[in-house]
Amino acid sequence: MSPETARNPPESEVTGLNFKETELTLGLPGESRTQAEIVSKNSKRGFSETVDLNLGSSSSSETRGRSQVEEQGESEAPCAGKPPASKAQVVGWPPVRSFRKNALKSCTYVKVAVDGAPYLRKVDLETYSSYQQLLSALENMFTCFTIRNVLNERKLMDPVNGTEYVPTYEDKDGDWMLVGDVPWKMFVASCKRIRLMKSSEAVGLAPGTPAQSASAS
Amino acid sequence: MTYFPEEVLEHVFDFLSSHRDRNAVSQVCKSWFRVERWSRHRVFIGNCYAISPERVIARFPRVRALTLKGKPHFADFSLVPHDWGGFVYPWIVAMAKSYPDLEELRLKRMVVSDESLELLSRSFPNFQSLVLVSCEGFSTDGLASIAANCRVLRELDLQENEVEDRRGHWLGCFPDSCTSLVSLNFACLKGEVNLGALERLVARCPNLRSLRLNRAVPLEALHKILTRAPQLVDIGIGSYVHESNSEAYVKLCNAVLNCKSVQSLSGFLEVAPCCLPAFYPICLNLTSLNLSYAPGIQGNELINLIRHCRKLQRLWILDYIGDKGLEVVASTCKELQELRVFPYDPYGGGNATVTEEGLVAISMGCPKLHSLLYFCRQMTNAALINVAKNCPNFTRFRLCILDPTKPDHVTLQPLDEGFGAIVQSCKGLRRLSLSGLLTDQVFLYIGMYAERLEMLSIAFAGESDKGMLYVLNGCKNLRKLEIRDSPFGDIALLTNVGKYETMRSLWMSSCDVTLGGCKALAKKMPRLNVEIINEKDQMMENSHDDGEKVEKMFVYRTLCGPRRDAPDFVWTL
Repeated sequence: MSPETARNPPESEVTGLNFKETELTLGLPGESRTQAEIVSKNSKRGFSETVDLNLGSSSSSETRGRSQVEEQGESEAPCAGKPPASKAQVVGWPPVRSFRKNALKSCTYVKVAVDGAPYLRKVDLETYSSYQQLLSALENMFTCFTIRNVLNERKLMDPVNGTEYVPTYEDKDGDWMLVGDVPWKMFVASCKRIRLMKSSEAVGLAPGTPAQSASAS
Repeated sequence: MTYFPEEVLEHVFDFLSSHRDRNAVSQVCKSWFRVERWSRHRVFIGNCYAISPERVIARFPRVRALTLKGKPHFADFSLVPHDWGGFVYPWIVAMAKSYPDLEELRLKRMVVSDESLELLSRSFPNFQSLVLVSCEGFSTDGLASIAANCRVLRELDLQENEVEDRRGHWLGCFPDSCTSLVSLNFACLKGEVNLGALERLVARCPNLRSLRLNRAVPLEALHKILTRAPQLVDIGIGSYVHESNSEAYVKLCNAVLNCKSVQSLSGFLEVAPCCLPAFYPICLNLTSLNLSYAPGIQGNELINLIRHCRKLQRLWILDYIGDKGLEVVASTCKELQELRVFPYDPYGGGNATVTEEGLVAISMGCPKLHSLLYFCRQMTNAALINVAKNCPNFTRFRLCILDPTKPDHVTLQPLDEGFGAIVQSCKGLRRLSLSGLLTDQVFLYIGMYAERLEMLSIAFAGESDKGMLYVLNGCKNLRKLEIRDSPFGDIALLTNVGKYETMRSLWMSSCDVTLGGCKALAKKMPRLNVEIINEKDQMMENSHDDGEKVEKMFVYRTLCGPRRDAPDFVWTL
């Protein structure tokens, strides 16, 4: 247990902070499309900044300034030293077509593998906004599955032979994690590929616990 | 002249390809008007609310090709509400009754429903060409109707549309008898594609010249397609991800070697840059290269590719290229006529952007350059004066400094003199977009020198009403003026109202124009539609104070009065 607990503190802090960001995003359903895009964009950037912040970096004021500006939808500079942050909030500036912005942004295709299945599929994570939607999509994609206890366990089940599958993913650092262990936005930003692992093989994985299990490769 | 038999006149008129020439001819006399009217096959309508479909049909009974534009240009940048309007359906309904010979429809910024596409596909037996640019409101089901029913389709060109993707079945709807395709572009679709259907379609269309694939078409499929269609002139690559030493890659290299006709390359939406050398052998023939959707190609891979493209006339690229990369372009691409440099991260303001140095290098190395769109971090007057001297042939000059009110970063002066040099030197300038810190002085220059200017975009510029008046009183050929966040008010709006009848449209948002000013304009000029777009509150317009500033105003001349399809937040005064 000791190596895991040693790893846990930074992990949980990151999780906590990103939950806060998720709340901010969810709190803006009435915003126009562009603003929502800006928010999602910045929240990704915000994450790395928040990590720096925790490690004692100086970017805290900028991050907060941005959030406030986003909430008010105003274009005033939050503080004199950081004009670029405020400019980001002007709707329609710089004049880049919305289509182009979206096209360049949504490059989040990841491969999906299923244990025992001979083929791979791909999903664009940007087209979903929650784990629920992703799992439903996976369920449709591999028609043999039904979702079981989505809210609690997040498992997929093959009703024919009773095999349970656990959705896992490889994150940026190459660690295999359980799908659902971090807020959705953070997941989208860090997921490299998805694997539906037989639950009998997924014993070593637990939420918030990176497990470089041998079965991953 | 009037003694010519009408048949001869008609034959002569056939040689007039420009709409303006035909318009001029139709005003010579009644006889010419009549001949021109019956022989006009192509019509361009720059604003779908400027005229009714019925009136177009009455005037030109034998149209075969129609181009129609919908929303204002600023809709591209999310300044026009999503459901503002611009519906094509009433046009298709009207044409279905009257234009049995319609062959070609080009739409820009319009709302196109699946129902419209279905009706279109069934109404015109000779329909050949559908081009949709920045349109929305339809899905792949509508495309399936076009594929299934347009028997002699030659062109299906989908550029930057928002399409709801209901999987790739639509490609399978082209019947086996469909062998007529010349151009197929579906790069903007996001979803899966039926690869088998695509390969079969390509194989049976011997005249296919242009094919632009979407992200869902992988390298393996690309190899099969190129093998079957080595005659392609224009290729848009979808996903280009593979190991450089794999068997698939080696096969692709061989297939590319056979594509000797390729002149235009685009796409690479997903890319493994190490595989780009496969295309080096055909680079020397390229006249057009669009890597503006290929963020995966950067640094040396990008520059090495460019070094092989010596005949490029058109280059669209992301600012990853950097000033150093633009110097390579300048020394390599001596034939360059059009350059667009887009920002990869418009909000970053970070390191990857280009500056005045890159632009000056291009202007020195590429004397044929006449069209520019350049997103950069900073600019100086000296650089712009230099550019104006090196490239006097600009017809389109759109400069966007990412920080909208940034002065010349060396002298901290406004950029008036720099843009002034551009308008003074480039006599043929038709389109201009301004940015950076600008005073009324720049508009004095524009009004004085930009005689052929047709479209002007202004943002965060000027100091007083004088600025806008310089433009309205100067620029004789101005057709479209769009202004945002600039201090122009009622005096500017109302001093030269006759000008607006000579223009297609005027857009003003976040300026100093008041509701009362707009009402006065509407009253004075009954043939203009003065639309107020007020998303914030949708109370009755009477409850508003005339002194209140108007959030967004769109003015256009029209022959058919206020439109009936306007949503609640649009008031036509």
